[in-house]
Parts: sequence; structure tokens; C-alpha cells
Amino acid sequence: MTTRMFGQKIKRREDPRLVTGNGRYLDDLANGSVAAAFVRSPHAHADIIDIDVTGAIDVEGVIAVWTHEDLPGQAADRLPMLIPHPSIVAPHTGFALAPDHVNFVGEPIVMVVARDRYIAEDAAGRIEIEFDLLEPIVGVEQSRAGERIVHQGMSDNVSAHYVQEVGDVDSGLENAPHVLDVELEFERSACMPMEGKGVIAAWNREDESLQVHSSTQTSTGLRAALAARLEIPLTRVEVITPDVGGAFGVKINHPWPEELAVACAARALETTVKWTEDRREHFISSAHERAQTQTVRVGFDDDGRICSLDVKFWHDNGAYIPYGVIVPLNTSTHVMGPYNIANYRVEYWSLYTNTVMVTPYRGAGRAHAVFMMERTVDAIADELGMDRTQVRLNNFVREFPHPMGVTMQDGAEGCLDSGDFVTSLDKLKELVGWDDFEAYRDQARAEGRRVGLGIGCYVESTGAGPYEGGHIEVETSGRVNVWTGLTTHGQAHATVFAQIVADALGVPMDSVHVATGDTRKLSYSVGTWGSRGAVMAGNALHLTAQKVKAKALKIAGESLEADPEDLEIVDGIISVKGDPSSSMPLAAVSVLSNPLRYAFDESARAATQFAKETAAEEPSVKAGEQPGLEEQEFFSPLRSTVANGMHAAIVETDPETADITVLRYCVVHDCGPMINPMVVEGQVHGGVAQGVGGALYERMAYDEDGQLLNASFMDFLMPFASEIPHIETDHLETPSPLNPLGIKGAGEAGTIPTATTIASAIEDAEGFPIRAMPLDPSSLWELRNQHAAGAVPSLKSRRGDSAASSPAPSNSGLQ
Amino acid sequence: MKPSPLRIHRPKTIEEILELLSVHGTSGKIIAGGQSLVPVLNMRLAAPRNLIDITSAAGLDELEVVGDEIRVGALVSHRRLERDPATTSANPILADALRHVAHPAIRNRGTTVGSIAHADPNGEMPMILALTGGWVEVRSVRGARSLTTESLNVGPLETCLEPDELITSAVFPALRPGQRAGFDELARRSGDYGLAGVGMILSTDDNGVDRAGAEATITGLKAGFVSVTDIPDIIELDEFVAGTPLSQVSTILDDVISAIKGFIDPGGDIHASADYRRHLTGVIAGRLLKRLSRQRDGGGSPAGGSEMRQEGAR
Repeated sequence: MTTRMFGQKIKRREDPRLVTGNGRYLDDLANGSVAAAFVRSPHAHADIIDIDVTGAIDVEGVIAVWTHEDLPGQAADRLPMLIPHPSIVAPHTGFALAPDHVNFVGEPIVMVVARDRYIAEDAAGRIEIEFDLLEPIVGVEQSRAGERIVHQGMSDNVSAHYVQEVGDVDSGLENAPHVLDVELEFERSACMPMEGKGVIAAWNREDESLQVHSSTQTSTGLRAALAARLEIPLTRVEVITPDVGGAFGVKINHPWPEELAVACAARALETTVKWTEDRREHFISSAHERAQTQTVRVGFDDDGRICSLDVKFWHDNGAYIPYGVIVPLNTSTHVMGPYNIANYRVEYWSLYTNTVMVTPYRGAGRAHAVFMMERTVDAIADELGMDRTQVRLNNFVREFPHPMGVTMQDGAEGCLDSGDFVTSLDKLKELVGWDDFEAYRDQARAEGRRVGLGIGCYVESTGAGPYEGGHIEVETSGRVNVWTGLTTHGQAHATVFAQIVADALGVPMDSVHVATGDTRKLSYSVGTWGSRGAVMAGNALHLTAQKVKAKALKIAGESLEADPEDLEIVDGIISVKGDPSSSMPLAAVSVLSNPLRYAFDESARAATQFAKETAAEEPSVKAGEQPGLEEQEFFSPLRSTVANGMHAAIVETDPETADITVLRYCVVHDCGPMINPMVVEGQVHGGVAQGVGGALYERMAYDEDGQLLNASFMDFLMPFASEIPHIETDHLETPSPLNPLGIKGAGEAGTIPTATTIASAIEDAEGFPIRAMPLDPSSLWELRNQHAAGAVPSLKSRRGDSAASSPAPSNSGLQ
Repeated sequence: MKPSPLRIHRPKTIEEILELLSVHGTSGKIIAGGQSLVPVLNMRLAAPRNLIDITSAAGLDELEVVGDEIRVGALVSHRRLERDPATTSANPILADALRHVAHPAIRNRGTTVGSIAHADPNGEMPMILALTGGWVEVRSVRGARSLTTESLNVGPLETCLEPDELITSAVFPALRPGQRAGFDELARRSGDYGLAGVGMILSTDDNGVDRAGAEATITGLKAGFVSVTDIPDIIELDEFVAGTPLSQVSTILDDVISAIKGFIDPGGDIHASADYRRHLTGVIAGRLLKRLSRQRDGGGSPAGGSEMRQEGAR
């Protein structure tokens, strides 16, 4: 028997190529093609009075200069509203090139196509645009106030408003023994993949077709969008996703203005046009995430059991909402987390501002939800003087499935389908040494050091539908080609999908070759987002491989004169179980599966009409069958499967400088059975690293004019490896009943509870509540000053160390 | 992010450089390591029509300790200077500060003289040159001159150099007997510009002669700063420290810190408030002075060490 590949720590097969510089990213392709550059708005809110392109036209090497007037047909319309939702009251999207009005710094207005990018930028610099400036609306507070309006014709800045309620929140609050109010702030950050966006559009004048390469998270979505907007038959558009240097959500929106404008230019000029986003463009014209203002009112009993939870939040969605309200919707549906809360109400307002739009970033609204819930649970523990883990234990869901009563982003009711939160918490406490922490704190205190312990628990709906597919073909050489339509941007698809197919088909992993994101091979797909790749395509490929195997056994059964039921495939050899002498390789089955007239090589000869010993009594390809050892299958789940996890951190805060160091970071994670534990850990590590960035370093600093002050890696502080703590992990594998492999998504897990976990630890070190993230040394020092001045209260039952001089209760609160 | 059209010149001798500078000075820019200039060009914040690449020119890569002077040619990289044993032995503050200059990859290409010519108040090396009492050697077709940092540094990112002038080398004096020197800073991320940084030279009467166990006494102290003054201003603190035994340094800390906090002029930005930077400068100064008082040799922290940040429990 061969070793089962599922569950093995197999090194990523894609890495030798990528780490030796042999990746083929968008900008590595189509060298020598003409290049596009964009003139972008320098103002956050303005009417365009006049565009003078004469200076650009004279530049040698310039091929075309386009404004909105030059966009043909539907390409000139507003960009699509991709994900409609009942909560959207005022849908606004931008244009490929802004016609007469701009709503954020970075909005594209003019496209220059030139012999190369240098010339295109030289020419772009000579275009003069006259603006009539309007006062911008920046941040949740200004937008909420509604004194100035982003979009003409609206009476306020609310793009979407939504209420969901489970149970009876008002009476739950009335009857609760304790009620607390918590006000919270979460700031803007962004995905910041190493590779920005980019598109190459090639028009083939022979057959009037368009081939597009894009650094996207959805080849199929972009293909459909471009075909519609360019008004070309779908069959004449293909989209190929090359190697992608990270996406993290920002590349799921489509079509981007540049994708549409560049495709139009390629068709009009009958050539290949390339645009590669530079870093400044990525900062000011792609998408951001995270900013919310939140209020929580919670009712609870003497044991900290939550009776009723009433949540309101205001979400900054930037200038446009082409990707709908997925981010605030995810926030609203993930607040309850792993807790059993009978009465829950959430109300959100999604708000327009004159800033870069907001679309999902790894976690996609869930980090904000977890921040609300976990800061609240810590506040309950402090109010009652209870251990923070005890309050969590008292509230955990203990029976599965647990319907949540709220409608999720996939339109289905949310349901915790699997998990064991009590065991997960035990593992986390063991891993971090929760019960021994007070001794460590005392020892640190004696050394003049200040340390704190924090915790954050979360659930994450993963593997959303509607569907994903697999396509597998066994060549006559025995090579197994595997395709799935979703895209790859750092995930280990070539490894984990090969593991799944190798197991299901019974072939060596080395013979399995995985390709993704190419509409020429599989044009039915949704895309890679929301921790869905492994769940959706993984299960689709599992089912496809089973189908291929069934066909192979049937053909082999005829050849070996055996019942297919009695056959097995091991290492690519089909044999009668228990009788290895009666066998044939899968490659031979592939030969037989495709009856031939022409023998182009030795193996093909076996499939030609005179190779059979007896004359045929039935057609070579029987009714209902297809030639070739090749199958396609799709997987479509009932609803999203919900993964979960818990994080704990130990931080040290410098008593004088307020510098914050994460000393330890522990993760217990449950994504069901792990296809490849090494890949899962890599996902968790990367996620935590992004989470640490969001907790301690990264913020989008807009000034009052709507100018982004830190649009470079010098001032936008993405953490280096040196800022990321060693991450300790443990796993629980509770299988999901919602898919054949029992797996749950893992891609976003690391980022979701990181900010709240670190806030929890800083709060524990300092002794006063942390209600806004991210937090830097300057801000923490300011909080200490406010605390010392009495403007920030102490925690009630935990002393911390900056509160050492204030009156402290005799017990530490840790029981 | 592509630079404006420009022509790259690659002279082979100092004389050729000076000739090119005299022709293209106002429309030209010298490039050596390019670690500050290239981003500026790519963002089109500067658009020189001529780049004079001096990396092929002979005679600019000298690095030697001559007597009590460390002579650093215009092409000497930060990294080479940081790792030069003779330099560290003559004045350990150079390596101490250089370890905080960005990352090794940047230090491998960036030059110390280039950093001094760039005159960024967030840069470590312009301040170190000022603190050590060093100077730069400058040449043009019109002749040669030496400039102290007081005359060189006119304002943030601004020097008194004429468009046709080239800094051929910077000269850092060695520490004198009895002196100890060190540098420390706190940055948001490793390798970032410091939120605040402090360099100090502490003078004592311990001149190397056997003192038969008698304790050394402080005779002088001066300090320079990163990111909290517009130009590399140096504060002389002798009046607060002279006559204090080394072991009694804690008695003068408050006075020193208070004088420093009064001297500096930090601004606030998105990374930290002005008040925080002032506070932080005081903390760094206090820790640094304590460290120097404890040290037996000429100063300098153990490789990569800092009083400002604990290593995570890895």
C-alpha cells in the first residue's frame, strides 16, 4: 500500500522554481509590448473642468492618449456593482477613466500608451488638468456627520444600512444582571502584496480575440466582465493568471479600471498593451481595508454568561463599493464567534468617504468582528474579576452543529458545523502556560520589566460557494494533468491538490501536475478568496479523481477480465486485489481509453483498430462515454464551513519608552483534517505576521485633504521578519460534515484575532483598557499620560503595571 | 515610478568628475550608492538631466586610519566602514551608529560620504561626523577646501556645497585617551529611521596610565541627535558632568536629560508626536550615558546590541 499523501508534511513543490528566480510574474511577460501609464487625480474631491493633453501628444514614442471620451460603448459606463446585497441603499462605482468628477486621490483620469513605460510617464507628466476643488470627506466621523456629501444626489453618505437580530435583544438587556458599554476603533490598513496589480491585453486581429494576462484572484470573473464591457463573444476572450506575487484579497475586485482601459486600448490599437502597477499606484488607487467605529452594549450574568449583545458599527468603505458590502457583512456575521449568545443584534452603516475604496483584505471584516467581541469578553472578565479564560469557557458553544441565526455572505444561514472549543482552549492554555503566567509576571516585575498576557478567540466561515471545479486528464505516458479554475497567489495549490489527486487516483505524486487560473482549460470557476481554495477546489478534485479512477477501473476490468470492484490502483498500477500478476499500468488504460486510427508511437499502436484480437461487436466509443481518460467534476456545498482558533500572546511594554515587543505568540488552530500540516502552519505564520502588522505597525495616514501621507514602504510600516515573533502552533482536527474531505479553510486564520490578542496583552501589562488599534509607542505613551491624568480609567480587577500607583484590589483577578 | 529622461556619465578619474560637474553642475547630480537618490528619481521628486556615476573613478575608495584620523573616501560603503577593525578600534562610535543605518543590503551599497552629502536630519552619519568633530574634504575645478560640519550643514537636506563640488572624503577624528563613545536609537522597525537617536562622547581623566585602582572622573560630555534636530547640532554638557566620578553617574542623569530635552527641537509626524520624541530622546540619552559609564574600553555596544529593545524570547 502506498503512503497516504493527505496529512503529510510535504515541502511545497512550487518553491524551488519561485525561490530561484524562475517565477513568471506579470511584469516578466510580454517584454517589448507597448506600455500604459495613468494620470491620476491629485485631489480627493473635485470636478474636472478641462483636460489638456496637447503636451503629451508631442512626446516622441507616444501612441495614444485616452480620456473617458475615448472609451467605447459599455466600457465607458460605470464599473459593475459586482455583489448586490439588500442592505445597499446607494450603490456607487467608479469609471475606467473618470469623466468629470473625482472622488479620491489616485482615481484614474487619463491613460497614456507609449513605446515604453518611461515615455508613457514622461508624457503623463505633461498632461494638464484643471479642477474645481470640493471639500473632501475623510474618515468615519466626518462621513457620519453628513455635513458634506461624497456623491451628488445623496442626502447623506450611507451606502448601506443593515440590521440582523437573533432572539430579543432589548428584553435580554433589560433582564441582564450586568450591562457594559464598550466603544472601539479600528484603523485602515491594506493587503500590500509584494507584486502589485498588472494586466497585459493582447488583441489578435486574425480572429478578433482577446487574450489577457492579469495578476488577479479570478480569471473567470475577469473574463466575463471584459467580454461584457468590450461587447465581445465570451468565446473570444481568454484570461490567464501567471505567477502572482501575493494578493490577500485586493486582487479579487474586477475589472479594475486599468484592466478595462488596457483591454480597450489593445483592441483599438490591435496590439499588446501592458500595465504594471507601481507601489505608489498600489497605495493610492487599489483598495484598503479595516477602518470601523464600533459600539457594543452587552448584558451578562454573574458568571459572565452573555445574555444579550447589541452591536452597532460604522464602516468606512471609501469612495466606491464595486465589491458590495462583503466586509461589513462579514463583520456583522462573525461577532458571536465561538459563543452561544441567545440574543444578538447588529446594525451597520457603510459610509462613503473621499479615500481609496475598501474591499476585502485577508480576514475580510472578521478581524473587526473579533475585535468587538473579544475586547468585550475581556471587559466582562474585568468587570466581574474573573479569569478571562473562564468567561470564555462559560460562553462557548458546546454542541454542533450550532445554527447562528444570521445570514452570511453566501446567502445561507451561518452554522458552526464542527469544533471543540473547550479542548482548543485547554491546548492554548497549556501551550502559552496561562496558569503559570502570574509567576512570570512577578519575576519580570522584580526585574523592572512590564509584561502582559492576552487572548483572542474566533471563528471563520470558510469555503463559500457557489462552486468550484476540477479537470483531470491522464496522458498515455501516465502523466496526470490537473486543472482547477481558481487562481494561485502563494498558496501551495501545486502541492496540496497533487496530494489529494495522488491519493484518490492511486498514482505517485510526481506524476501529478497542477495548473490553475487559465480559462482556456477550465472556464467555470469563482476564484480564490475567503479561505476557499482547499475546501472548494480540493473537494472538486477529490471527486474528479474518483470519477477518473472509476473509468480507469472499468476499462482495465475489460482488459484484465476482472470485476472493477476487485481492482485497485497503487502507484499508478492497476491490479486485481491480492493478485499482482494480473495488472496493467494506468498509462496503458489511458491508451485504451482513446480508440485510434493513427499510430504515432508504440503505445498508440495498442489503441488502433487492428490491435484488438477480435472484431468489434459494438462501437469503439460506447453510447454515453467519451474517449480519453479525462473527467470534469464540480463541488458545490450547502453552506460555508466554519473553522476556528484561539491565539495567546505575551507582550512586554517598556516602562519608559512604551515600546511594545511581542515575546511569545501561540496559536491553536482547527481547520479540520490538514491536507499538509506544513502548508497550514505556513498560512498561519503568514497570517499572524500580517496581523502583527495591523496591530502594531500599519495604518493608512490620511490628512484632512484626503492625501495619503504614507504611500510608500518607508512610511507605511509593514513589519519585517525582525518584527515578527516566533509563532508556536498546536492543532485540533475536528472534521467538517459539509464536504467529502472534512476540511475547513485556513488561509485567513492567522490575521483574524491578532490585533485583539495583542490589545488584550497590552491591556494586561498596562492595567488600563485598550480600545483602539493599531497601537504604536507614541500612542501608548500618550494613553499612559491620559491614564496618569485620570482621563483613562484603570482596569477594575487587574492591576497591570502602569496602574501600580492607583488603588488596586487585593486579588489579581486571576483565579 | 520611472525617472525622467537623463544621461548617465561614468568618469574614470576625479579630474573627469570635476570637469563634468563644472559643465553639468546645476543640471547634474552625483550618484554613488544611490540608496537615497534612486527613489527620489523614480518618484520624480528630482529630475536631474545628468547623473554623474562616480563608482568607476579611481582614488575615491580609500579607507584608512592615519594617526588620529579615520579617512573615509567617497566610495566607501557603510558596511565596509562598519566592519573595518582599524576604524572600530580608533573610534567605536562609527560602527555603533552604522549598525542602525537601514539594513545590511542598503549598507552594502549606500556610502557614508553620500549620506553626509544628503544631509538628512534622520541620518545617523552626518550627526556622527559632527559629534566627533570631523570634516569633509571638498574639490572642484576651482580648487579644494575642507568644511567642518558646522559650515557644511545649512538646513535639513541642505548643505553649503556648490553645484560643481565633490566631497572626496570625510575625516572622523579618533577617540582621545579617556574618551568613551556610543550611539543608540529607537526605530519603529529594525532599520527604519530612528524616532530619536543619541550619540555621546564621554571624556574622563582615565588616560590609560595606571591609576593604581583610583576611580576615573568625568571631565566632559557632548551629545548629538538623530531625527530631533534639523541639522546635526551638538550640545556640550561639560558643566553638568565635570568632576563627577564615573560610579556616580546616576547623580547627574536628571540634569543631563533635562538639558538635552531643552536643547532638541523635535517635530511630530505620523510616526510619533513631538512630545513623545522629546521624552524618548531623554530616555535614550539616560540609558546611553549609564552604559558608557559602565564600559571599560572606548565604548561601542556589543555587535547589534541596544539598550532600547529587548529580543523576543525566541
